[in-house]
Amino acid sequence: MVQSLNYLKETASQTAGPYVHIGLAPGAAGFDIYANELGRDITGPTAKGDRITVTGTVSDGTGAPVKDVLIEVWQANADGVYPGEGHVEDGFRGFGRAIPDFDSGVFTFETIKPGAVAASNGKPMAPHINLWLVARGINVGLNTRMYFGDETEANAADPVLGLIEQVHRRDTLIARPDGSTYHFDICLQGDAETVFFDI
Amino acid sequence: MTRKDLIQRDREWHPPAYAHDYKSSVTRSPRYALLSLDNSESELSGPTFGHSDIDPLDNNLIRNYAKDGDAIGERIIVHGRVLDENARPVPNALVEIWQANAGGRYRHKKDTYLAPIDPNFGGCGRTLTDENGRYAFHTVKPGAYPWRNWVNNWRPAHIHFSVFGTAFAQRLITQMYFEGDPLIAKCPIVKSIPDQRAIDQLVAALDLNETVPLDSIAYKFDIVLRGHRSTFFENRPEGN
Ligand SMILES: [Fe+3]
Repeated sequence: MVQSLNYLKETASQTAGPYVHIGLAPGAAGFDIYANELGRDITGPTAKGDRITVTGTVSDGTGAPVKDVLIEVWQANADGVYPGEGHVEDGFRGFGRAIPDFDSGVFTFETIKPGAVAASNGKPMAPHINLWLVARGINVGLNTRMYFGDETEANAADPVLGLIEQVHRRDTLIARPDGSTYHFDICLQGDAETVFFDI
Repeated sequence: MTRKDLIQRDREWHPPAYAHDYKSSVTRSPRYALLSLDNSESELSGPTFGHSDIDPLDNNLIRNYAKDGDAIGERIIVHGRVLDENARPVPNALVEIWQANAGGRYRHKKDTYLAPIDPNFGGCGRTLTDENGRYAFHTVKPGAYPWRNWVNNWRPAHIHFSVFGTAFAQRLITQMYFEGDPLIAKCPIVKSIPDQRAIDQLVAALDLNETVPLDSIAYKFDIVLRGHRSTFFENRPEGN
């Protein structure tokens, strides 16, 4: 025998189930209980930068929309600063929750375009929004990122996109710009499967 | 600010994305390998919450949606600590819960189970851990409920937990079960977890030391988030 290392084990994940909205977005579940529902306002009123709308659909392996998904958003401000890591504008939370329309499955959230953030090696990463998806049938929340289609040069140099061996799969992380709206569809399974991370 | 990387997530401890007996996972599980990333600020930073974000009554599900009386059901206290893998308490962690009522019915547009809605029960609560990582909720014990998987599947009584650490990569959603429930061992969602010890860690113990006599029975449920590595010797960052 040897000494025990005595680390605790991380609590195992379980699916958020179909009713995740009751806990994390009760307004969407059909009732208002909290004076302040968290995750509704990512930027606050005074954030600098381009105001944008992000919209899309999460689909399953058959191509059907995942209407019960809940997406959490975590992003830096226009200067590339995350809340808690440096100065950000008053009211800039960088955190949001997006819930699709239960009939169409289309999700939408309003935010600002983030600035570049340094990678672990200190080099800049292209602007991106971190996303975390939970739903019925998802056993461990899925991490991914949304990059911006109008940042061709920065994306080409991005160290995370560069890690994706199959070059065409990099496109699954890049949102299509259309004025101030970015279209970003997420595919849980299949040929067009989005790249998800183990972070 | 220099932050330590997180301890790698043990993917053999968590349920796999694809668990064939939990049918919803079949079409909702990625088939390609996850892309392993070194932690950058995008993963090591995370949202923070404070007491101005929540109401003191938010952790009392017996009262936080009461219209003309307390919620109906077996009155319970669920309490415990949020720790990291280094056994350090995680203070100021946002803990959000949701659950069915005592009859096993959720207050949700999409839940049509025949058990009645309790007009005085919303079914969600939230709180922040104190400086020792402790949290507590007052609620009623949720009922078991049927769900469409096999024809005759019943979820064990459970409370859904969502927890934030300090890093976005610590984000966790799980479910708490109750000591002694025979449905735990039958549940395909529970059994998506491959290691029995990881299942046991999700089962709250009856805690008679924390009951309120003549009022509420207590269960203790500790939650462990990923810990940070304590690296004594570090490589120079790549490329510098
Ligand atoms: Fe449930």
